Order: sequence, then C-alpha cells, then structure tokens
Amino acid sequence: MSSSRPVRRILVLGFLALLGTAVLVLPSPRPTAPSRARTIRMEARSFEYLPAVVSVGRGDLVTLELVALDVVHGAHIDGYGVELTADPGQTARTTFVADRPGIFRIRCSVPCGPLHPFMSGTLRVDPSDTMLRAAGLALLAVAAGAFLAARPGGGMAQRSAPIVRS
Amino acid sequence: MTRYELTQFAGVRRLLTSRWPQLGIQLLLLSGLILVILAGLLGSPVGNRNFAIVMVWIAWWGVLMLVAVPFLGRLWCSVCPLPLPGEWLQRGAILGPRGRGLGRQLRWPRIFRNLWGQNGAFVLVALFSLPVLTQPQWTAILLAGLVLLGIAVSLVYERRSFCRYLCPVGGFIGLYAQAAPVEVRVRDADLCASHKIKTCYTGSTAGYGCPWMVYPGSLTTNTYCGTCMECLRTCPHDNVVVNLRPAGADLNIGRGRGLDEAFKVLLLLGSGLAYAAVLLGPWNAPRAAAAAVGTTPWLVYAAGFLLFVVVLVPGLVALAVRLGLRLSRARLSLAQALRAISPAFVPLGLAAWMAFSLSFVLANLSYVPPVLSDPLNLGWNLLGTAAMAWSPYGAGLFPWLPVAVLVAGLAWTSRRAREIAGELGGGVRLAFPLWVVSFVITIGLLWALVG
Repeated sequence: MSSSRPVRRILVLGFLALLGTAVLVLPSPRPTAPSRARTIRMEARSFEYLPAVVSVGRGDLVTLELVALDVVHGAHIDGYGVELTADPGQTARTTFVADRPGIFRIRCSVPCGPLHPFMSGTLRVDPSDTMLRAAGLALLAVAAGAFLAARPGGGMAQRSAPIVRS
Repeated sequence: MTRYELTQFAGVRRLLTSRWPQLGIQLLLLSGLILVILAGLLGSPVGNRNFAIVMVWIAWWGVLMLVAVPFLGRLWCSVCPLPLPGEWLQRGAILGPRGRGLGRQLRWPRIFRNLWGQNGAFVLVALFSLPVLTQPQWTAILLAGLVLLGIAVSLVYERRSFCRYLCPVGGFIGLYAQAAPVEVRVRDADLCASHKIKTCYTGSTAGYGCPWMVYPGSLTTNTYCGTCMECLRTCPHDNVVVNLRPAGADLNIGRGRGLDEAFKVLLLLGSGLAYAAVLLGPWNAPRAAAAAVGTTPWLVYAAGFLLFVVVLVPGLVALAVRLGLRLSRARLSLAQALRAISPAFVPLGLAAWMAFSLSFVLANLSYVPPVLSDPLNLGWNLLGTAAMAWSPYGAGLFPWLPVAVLVAGLAWTSRRAREIAGELGGGVRLAFPLWVVSFVITIGLLWALVG
C-alpha cells in the first residue's frame, strides 16, 4: 500500500462522515406551515389506532382525544413523553406543543389483550424528513462500504480461501 | 488476521474446561425453563403479566439478539436448556463421560445432513409466531415440544443431532454467530493432522467427542460449533483455543458453503423484514390475521409470508446476482455465485433482527420486574416490584437507534459484497446489483420500523 492511500482513505471517509452529519442535521428544505391549534380524534380498539398515522405541523398546539371503543386503552408518544388513558366508551384528552419534527411511535400503555405489545400508531410532525434522512444515510452507507472494501489482490483476497469449490 | 487467544490464561482455560460452571448455568436455565413452561400453562393468560411471555420473548430474546449472538456467538448453545434432558438420557450422565447411556446412537440420515431441516423448522415456527409471542400457553407448548423432540431425537440419533439439524433457534444463532468477535478454533492445524486418535471427535475419559459432529481441526466458521467446550477438554495437547478476533471474520470464508446455508441467509433476512412490517407496522389487519391461526385470514397471511420469505426475497437477491453475473461476465453458475455471495447478506440480516428487537424489547422491558416478583401470578411480591408500572425505556433513542444499526449493517454488507465480487472476478459490475438490492431491502426495513 502506498503512503498516499491511508491519507486518501481518511479523506474520503471524513467526507462521507461530513455528508452523513449534514444529512442528519441540516434543516429541512420543505416549507413549514404556520403553526395552529389542532384537535386530533384518535379511536383505539383492540389492537389498533384509527387513524393509525396522525400528521401535525411543527409548532402546532395539538389536543389529542383518545376514544377507547372496546376496552381500556392508553397512548404513549415516544419522544414527547405524552401519555393518556381512556376507559371504554370514554374520551381522554391531552394537549401538547408538537415542537419536534419527525416520526414518533404511539404505543398502547395499558395491557389490553394478547396483541397489546404490538398495538402502535405513528405521530408525524411535519416537516418530517426522518425517512428521507434515513434513506440518505443508507446511500452513504453503501458508498462507505464499497469504499472500505479490500482491494482485489490486497488483504481480503489473500486472507480468504478459494471462494468457489472446484 | 489478528487473533487474541483468551485461553492462553490458565484461569480462563480452567473456567472453560471445568464442567461445574457450565453445569451450574445449565441447571439454573433448566429451572427457568421449567418455570416458564409452568407459568405458560398455569399463569395469567395476559401476555404482559405472564412470566413465560415476558422472560422468553422480551428478556431472553433481547439478551440473545442484542448481546449474546452479536458479541458472544453461539455461547447460548453451550448452556441452552432445551436439549439437556435428551443429552443426559443419551449419555447416561450429567457431568463427565461415565455410565451407559440410553438410545441407539444412529447417524442422522445422510439426506438430511444439511440446514434444510432447520430452515423448514424455522418457517414452521414463524408461521405461528404471533400466538407464540403473545399467548403464554403457545409459548409453553412450543418449548415443551422442543424439549420432547430433543429427547426423542437424542434417544435415536447420535450426539446433538437435534441441535445440529433441527433446532430452529440453533440455525438462527449459528448463522449470525459468524459475525461475532469470538471463536473456538485450533491453534495449530498440523498438530491436529498428526494426532492420530482425534479425541476431540471420538471422545476420551476427559470428555465427549464433539456433540456437534464437527472436527475442530477443520473448523472454519462458527455456524456449526456449539461452543460446548468438549474439544478443549479432550484435546491432550491443549491445541483447541478460544480466540477474540475481528468481528465477522467467518464472513471472509468462501469455502464449503452450500445452497442450504445461502438460502438460510436470505430466509432470515426476509423474515426480519416481514416481522418488522407485520408486528411493528401501524396496520392491524396483518397482525390480526397472523394471530387468528386456522382461519381464512391466517391462511392468506401464511401464504403471503411464505411467498415473501421463501420466494420473493431470495428471488430478488438471486435476480441481482444473475444480473451481476451477466454484467460482469464472471464465469460462474448462479448456484455457485449465490453460495459464495450469500455471506455478504449476513450483516444486514443481523442488523435487521437487532433493529427489530430494539424496537420492541426496550419498549417492553419494564414488564420484566413485575413478573420476576410474581412469576406464577399468585399474588407474590418477591422483589417488591410486582406493581411496577409500564414505562418504555430508551424512547428518546427512537427512531435513530434502529436506523443506526441498519445503516451499519448495510455498510458492512456493501463492503463484503464488493470484496466477494472482487474475489469472484466480477468487480464492481457484479457488486452493483448487490448494492442495489441491499439498499432496497434496507429501505423496506426502514419503512417498516420508522417510516
């Protein structure tokens, strides 16, 4: 390996790391709608939320109404720490400011039956680029992996036994 | 490739070759298994309150997938309680070789000496996984059934044929143990070759011949080694060692892989994706169908699951390999190329299962202390934690923790795909379709877990 190769390797990996950081932290180019007050009605029944995905805008004052249709259900929103419990046929309410954009899982917080651990919904606070940013990181991962691969004739090829049985 | 021999330290070798620490852990886990089966049959039918569901599918699964397999390889198999009753009956002993065992000690049928049996067992269990994961009686029946099957196989066939050829969990662990940074290997293969008696395989007064039917002198991957440490006990030259090594060193080994192993890689990768979508997606319909065993929706779900994990995902990867062969003009058959390339997908598969496990294990971990306090739902409060409320752990780490795990797995898979493509003479042209298909599968996983 020539002396310039480690330097080139560090430079390329540094550049990819920089790109990765940018993918994670750069503000979203999507316009943010003016924040407003919203009331979201969410029905809970074994073992789903209706609607399963709730979308609000960043900065919105969200009043979440949870209506339990059959048994006691709860809703815990990851990342926001919001939690409420609704008795059967009753509506529970809570209000919070959706100040963090992204995708957050809503989990039932009251054991409600066999599929309870998997009863979940999604809170989407726009502009949510979670999936886009994750996909960007995945693309960079492919590039990094391809770059890090041992060169043919280099370490890996020598380390490994013949790969195809004759 | 750099190795660091752990057994060079006399204390470590003594610890690993002594039967008492291993037996102590085995007995503890066997007691736990009996308690799990009892709790599953007699305890609360509410999964989150039942010792069987919480300890098996949250505590054990979490430790297995997030710690044991990625960092310790097959160490779980060395203390797993499932095959113990059968093994003890077969040997007629619990500790060292003594006494006469029961059973016929037949060799496993030649036609089944491969991973197809484990692949089939995994698919079979996977079809019933939702009731198994959520209903205590199903968990108890599955585990008791595996113990009984282990006994039956041990009484007819030699050694650990059950673990080697049938156990669905063993196949899973064996595949991903290749990524682990530990291994059992021989220090000097020439010494093994010159050792005529091969006590590591035939056994001696110091220990049993390899229960996994592996000759340590030719061991190149962790897939088939149960890390039971018998070969450390029986080697008169202390030539069998436990090494720390670079993670995933086995994935650099191209030799000796069959289509059964290649299929397992893709089957488990597809299953990880399917589980993430069905169990953690926001849609209840597939979950409800998966839980309603025997109904028409379940049949539709089962058909869809089989189509996805047995046909679609392996087919997609095979298509990418075929395209790569055509683009690169590498002179290989599709089967040869699949066998050689499949290890590249092991890191992505492991990452998929780790990300999936992170997403539900941490959220449900707080169910563990209450069931430890009252394992049989008799109103006990042994640890003072019976009334502990549910609280999701690490909620602030989501969704980026599973994303980070998946991205790391994808980077590793991309790297290994490029290296294997180079070794096969296909270069970037062979690697490119593999990168595309890995990226597409990762996007599917991201969509299911955080999308």
